[in-house]
Amino acid sequence: MPTRDANAGFDAQRRVFLGTVAGGAVTAGVGLPLSSMAEVRSPAVDAAPHAVPVNDVKFRVNGTEQHLRVDARTTLLDALREDLHLTGVKKGCDRGQCGACTVIVDGRRINSCLTLAVMHEGATITTVEGLASSGQPSALQSAFLEHDGFQCGYCTPGQLCSATALLDEVRRNEASALTPDIARTTRVDLSDAEIRERMSGNICRCGAYPNIVAAIRKTASET
Amino acid sequence: MLPLTYSRPSDVRAALAAASTQDTYFIGGGTNLLDLMKAGVEKARTLVDVNHLGLDRIERASDGGVRIGAGVRNTDAANHAMIRADYPLLSQAFLAGASAQLRNMATVGGNLMQRTRCDYFVDTAYEHCNKRKPGSGCAALEGFNKLHAIIGYSDACVAVNPSDMNVALVALDAVINVEGPNGTRRIPITEFHRLPGEHPEIDTTLKHGELITSIDLPKSTATRNAHYLKLRERGSYAFALVSVAVALTMLDHRIDSARIALGGVAHKPWFAEKASASLAGKGKDAIDYAAVAALAVDDAKALSQNGYKIPLAKNAVERALRTAVEAA
Repeated sequence: MPTRDANAGFDAQRRVFLGTVAGGAVTAGVGLPLSSMAEVRSPAVDAAPHAVPVNDVKFRVNGTEQHLRVDARTTLLDALREDLHLTGVKKGCDRGQCGACTVIVDGRRINSCLTLAVMHEGATITTVEGLASSGQPSALQSAFLEHDGFQCGYCTPGQLCSATALLDEVRRNEASALTPDIARTTRVDLSDAEIRERMSGNICRCGAYPNIVAAIRKTASET
Repeated sequence: MLPLTYSRPSDVRAALAAASTQDTYFIGGGTNLLDLMKAGVEKARTLVDVNHLGLDRIERASDGGVRIGAGVRNTDAANHAMIRADYPLLSQAFLAGASAQLRNMATVGGNLMQRTRCDYFVDTAYEHCNKRKPGSGCAALEGFNKLHAIIGYSDACVAVNPSDMNVALVALDAVINVEGPNGTRRIPITEFHRLPGEHPEIDTTLKHGELITSIDLPKSTATRNAHYLKLRERGSYAFALVSVAVALTMLDHRIDSARIALGGVAHKPWFAEKASASLAGKGKDAIDYAAVAALAVDDAKALSQNGYKIPLAKNAVERALRTAVEAA
C-alpha cells in the first residue's frame, strides 16, 4: 500500500503539482487523491507537468450526492477513501485479488480497486458505511457479530458488502459454478458450499471463513 | 500509471475516432487493463471508455443464434435466460472464471482481450519477456513453467491464454464482430487469437484501432450434450491448469458433429480438431473415449515443469466428453 512516508520529497513535489494543475481548477475542499499525486513524480511527468488531466465526476454514495474533481487515474477505491474519507472501504492487494475493497455499485458488488472513479458518472454506490439504516446494523451485520465472523476485521467491510450483494443475487436466482443444472433457472439452495463458492472473491487472512459462512447462512434463512 | 486522458463517447463512430494513437486503449470493465497499468506493463496515455456505446444487449439473431454485445458483463451473459437455456456450456464457463465481483465488472469483449497471467509477463522486475519487451527472451522457457503451454508454443513464448469464456466460444464455433476505421470484419473465434511464433507480443488478429462490437453464436444444436470442465489448484477463483469444453450435436444416439476445445494448454484457446472430427457419426456406445482423448493431446510436448498437464488434459477430455455424451 502506498503511504505518505513512502514518498520521500513528497511535500516539495506536492506543491509543484498543485501549483501546476490548480490555476483555479482544483476547488477548495475537493482534494486530489494521494496516490495520484505520488505518481506525478515520474520523470515523464516532470518533463511535462501540464499533462495531468483532471475530470469531474458525480455519483451518489450512501445516499449523498458527491461531486469530485479527480485525476483520471484515480480508482474508485482511492476516491472513496482519500476524497470522501470513507475509510471503511479497505485497500488490501489493490490488484483485484483479495476483495477487501468490495463496494456495491448500482446493485452489483465490484472490486473498487480495479475501476476508475470517472467511469461511474451517475452511479449509486454503497460502502460498508451505508449498510446500516437509522443507526441500526443490517441483519447481516448483526449476524457477523453474533457468529464472530472476523478476527482482525480488515477484510470485514468487503465481506459485508459482498455478502449483502450475494443475498440479492440469490433472491434473483442467479447461477453459480455449483448450480446443478444451469439450463434450468430454479430457486437457489444456498448450501455452505454455495456460500463458499459465491464468496470466493473475498479473502480472510485470519481464516474466519466458517463463521462468515455461518453468518451468511443465518441471514439467508431469516430474510 | 502514467497520466491519463479519459473520454466517454456515446457511439461506436466516436469511440473509433478517439482511438487514433498507439497508446490509446479501449476500457470496458478494466479488470485486466487497470491491473496491468498499475504494474507498468500496459502504458496507456489515453483511455476511451466503451461502456456507453449501446453494446450491452443480448439479442436473438435471425438465424436462430444469439448476438452478445461486447459490453455485456460476464455475470449478465452467464445469467441471461437465452444463454442459460440454449448455451449452458457458455454460462458454465463464465461462472468458472474469476470471482463474482470481477464477473460483475468484466465485459465479454474484454474477456476476449485478456492477457496472459505468466508471472514473467505481469512483473516488470523480470527482464526477459518477449511478450512485454520484444527481443528480450523468454524467462519461462527454462524457468518457472509449471502453469505454461504444452501445445503450439515457440522458443519465444510459452505463455497460455487465461480465459474460460474463450474455450467455450471455440466449442460453440463463435464469430467475433469488429469495427474499425476501414469498416466491419467477422473473425471466427479460432482465428481471433494467435499462436506466439516469433511475435508473442501480438495476442490477437485484432488491429489497433479496431473495436470488438459483439460475439455471434450460431443456432444452438448442442444444448444438452455439452460440458465445461475446469481443473485448478483450488476449488474456486483460480485460473485453469487445464480446462475442456465439449459441445456435441446428437441425432438420436449418434454424434452428428463434435467440437472439443482446451484451455490452459496453449497461447490461444485450443481447438482439438482431430479429436473432434474423429467423433463425427459415432454411435453413442461405440465411442473409444481414451482414443479420442489421446488424439486431443497428440501434439503436446511438455516443458521442464509441466509434464503433468499432458495426462491431466487427456483425462479431462475423457471425463468432459463422457459427461456430455451421457447428459440426458
